Amino acid sequence: MTSTRANTAAAEDPYDKRLNVILKVNGQERAVSIDPRMTLLDCLREVLHLTGTKKGCDHGQCGACTIHVGGRRVNSCLALAAAHDGDEIVTIEGLGTPANLHPMQQAFLDNDAYQCGYCTSGQIMSAVALLREPVGASDDDVREFMSGNICRCGAYPNIVKAIQQARRAGGGS
Amino acid sequence: MQSFDLVRASNRPAAVASGAASPTAQQGANVRFLAGGTTLVDLMKLGVEHPDRVVDINRLGLDRVGNEANGDLSVGATVRNSDLAHHPLVRGNYAALSQAILAGASTQLRNAATTAGNLLQRTRCMYFRDLASACNKREPGSGCPAITGANRMLAILGTSESCIATQPSDMAVAMLAYDAVVHVQGVSGDLQIPLADFYVLPGQRPDIETVLAPGDLVTHVTLPPRPAGERSAYLKLRDRASYEFALVSAAVAVTLANGKIASAHFAVGGVGTRPWRIDEAERGLVGQAPSEQAFRNAADICLKGARPQSRNGFKVELAKRCIVHAFKQVTR
Repeated sequence: MTSTRANTAAAEDPYDKRLNVILKVNGQERAVSIDPRMTLLDCLREVLHLTGTKKGCDHGQCGACTIHVGGRRVNSCLALAAAHDGDEIVTIEGLGTPANLHPMQQAFLDNDAYQCGYCTSGQIMSAVALLREPVGASDDDVREFMSGNICRCGAYPNIVKAIQQARRAGGGS
Repeated sequence: MQSFDLVRASNRPAAVASGAASPTAQQGANVRFLAGGTTLVDLMKLGVEHPDRVVDINRLGLDRVGNEANGDLSVGATVRNSDLAHHPLVRGNYAALSQAILAGASTQLRNAATTAGNLLQRTRCMYFRDLASACNKREPGSGCPAITGANRMLAILGTSESCIATQPSDMAVAMLAYDAVVHVQGVSGDLQIPLADFYVLPGQRPDIETVLAPGDLVTHVTLPPRPAGERSAYLKLRDRASYEFALVSAAVAVTLANGKIASAHFAVGGVGTRPWRIDEAERGLVGQAPSEQAFRNAADICLKGARPQSRNGFKVELAKRCIVHAFKQVTR
């Protein structure tokens, strides 16, 4: 294990299993001291205070927690943070800024691709990754490969429109 | 989630030695290997899995896909499901495997989930996942409420009075049809286990799902080369169009010569306590012209002995039609 026990003074405490881990989040190295049970999702939200990534089902079924690890989209709720020591992570906060939106964020705005917005950061992280994946470009392909992101408001038609707009604009980067 | 120690295995023998400290590699193991985590972390959150020690095997170099000298395709244990599904050698020669993987889960899950983790994923039976319920698989001897309960999604083949849980992998169904072999590094050396012998029927001990012993580390899976001109496909029928487990599924592979079936292989999913394949059903197809009746006869043999539960009798006919339809697709 490259990460080490965090609290050497408490090494005798069997309940203190914290590990020192470095995560590269949105281009910045972040050193954290975390329990092995902590998921990437909880680490991002509760330790690093990056609350753009949402907790929906917490079981890999809804996609609200989608982030990029090593350039690929994954469910952060099913990833143990301490197992990702050194990994490159991108969250919605690393995609664009309010003054300089990522083309996919702009496309979601332009197409009203949300209602309550809770699933939106996961949808956008998924959509950005989708445009880099070796799959078809039809609306049906978008629906199939976005099926891991649930929207209980039912904004799906406009989500598909937004993704196709970003695709036409070359917004996959 | 119960507390545990997380360690990264520095090499394969160290991983095997760590695993061997557990009294079992089956339900209740107190050492677990961590690959993608999509099953393990989920079940640890539910309390179904509660290892004391989790051994990260992600950096053991088990992530390669390639042809071996004998022509077999070798697929490493920690190859991500997405990478396998999109690999040119898989898309080209093992179409049913690529289709099966892409028919399962979501892209996010496939980007994390691995070959060995997919094979070893646990049943989706709701009683198994719910600690408030009895379940012979989770707690041997506690009973099976599925037999008299919500069993619409559950198995009709290979069941016992103790368990009717379905093995949920799509990937394993295609691999079974392709005669996959699971390669294992264990305490006393390397093992090669045909996938057909890898899963065990539940019987009186549904907590035991595979032949794996403590310390056994799946290193890779091999698939023998396919006959020239073979066509294969995976057809999955489910309650919604995407991101859902199978009601029934079929992986079929066939070659034709002079208008007759020269070779035929198929396995079905969603119906068995393990992926289901019956050699006799395949043998009957060889030498025949492809026809609805020939495929129907093979399907009848495959589903022989099906024991529907109270709410899944529809699976018998649906599975047969799924097999017939898949064969028609690849022989058109």
